Amino acid sequence: MSIVKYNNNSISDITSGASLDSGNMTHIKTLTASSSSSLSFVDGSSDVVLDNTYPIYIFKIINCHPASNDISFQFQGSTDTGSSYGVTITSSHFRATHGEDGSSAALAYITGGDLAQSTSYQLLGGSIGSDADQSVSAELIVFNPSSTTFVKHFMANVQSIAHSNRSNNQYPAGYFNTTSAVDAFNFKFSSGNIDSGTIKLYGIKDS
Amino acid sequence: MSLNFANNNSLSAIDTKPSGLSGGALTLLSTQTASSSASISFTSGIDSTYKEYQFHYTDIHPANDDAYFQFNMSADSGSNYNVAKTSTFFRAFHTQTGGTSALGYLTDDDLAQGTGFQRLIEYGYNDATSSSSGILYLFDPSSTTFVKHFTAQTTYRRSYSSESHASAVIHVGGYGNTTSAIDAVQFKFASGNIDAGTIKMYGVS
Repeated sequence: MSIVKYNNNSISDITSGASLDSGNMTHIKTLTASSSSSLSFVDGSSDVVLDNTYPIYIFKIINCHPASNDISFQFQGSTDTGSSYGVTITSSHFRATHGEDGSSAALAYITGGDLAQSTSYQLLGGSIGSDADQSVSAELIVFNPSSTTFVKHFMANVQSIAHSNRSNNQYPAGYFNTTSAVDAFNFKFSSGNIDSGTIKLYGIKDS
Repeated sequence: MSLNFANNNSLSAIDTKPSGLSGGALTLLSTQTASSSASISFTSGIDSTYKEYQFHYTDIHPANDDAYFQFNMSADSGSNYNVAKTSTFFRAFHTQTGGTSALGYLTDDDLAQGTGFQRLIEYGYNDATSSSSGILYLFDPSSTTFVKHFTAQTTYRRSYSSESHASAVIHVGGYGNTTSAIDAVQFKFASGNIDAGTIKMYGVS
């Protein structure tokens, strides 16, 4: 029997506390880019869970920095555990934008960022710059990807800095138009590597 | 005073984490699953325990076509759902054919001191694979000082007359214009049942 030890700031060897609220937003996996062509979360691989364990999954995209300038950050899903990424998507996309010089503040629908029954990658953020301090961060919510009854809804709030030194706040939303389970997701830039950055996957507990 | 003991690998009789420990931002309080339900109501658990509550609705499927999913709040434990609300409502959509897209404010769907239900979607489609999913955020419902702010984002598949289907997303923001505590929330379609779907209520710590 091991002995529980108490030190200054922690209690080691404690693995459970029956009455403690462990919270319902469960961290599943963190991927860190390092000159990566893409980052993939695949159900059943590398401790990733993307099945009916959770009804809602949340991706937190934190400071993904592109190797190339003026490119888009995008994602797609897979129904064959990552063998291919090309699920049919219909989506909408709008954006608020404002330049560092105060120019061209606007809110508008972005026709280049939506999809209509397309298997292409879904744009999350566009015109992202590759200056050392430029990046994209976002939250992407995917609802019930394992459903075999309904299409699979998603929505995102994406914040980035454009190569032209503008703040872009983009809102893509849509659905994977399939009744097959979506069991993998892939993130990449439209051109060039993800030089650095982190994507975290969380599941919202069902009970 | 009872004593708390540590045994081999667990803590017994400890039910509160030290404030310096992180984790557990979302606490599931209630789950309700619709099955041809006229409405879904949360009449307990909304109090001063949390400053923010979230309602996660997943794959809400209407019995009727062109459905308006909506919600209201109660200040009397669910006896009446009729809190006065002032709100905004805007949406983006894109048809599956790619023929139509739009972003706009919808004056028919906001409220100005209205006590009726606040719409969360418009023209929800009811074919077998269509549904609505989203999150309603309700802030500090137990306050007896401030109005009760809420926001919601809902993504869904809507009907569109000439092009059948469209992806749509609705953004709603507003407040219940009352200083009474809100202690119940109800969801329903403007007409027809909630054929299927799940709504989970979380407290945010």
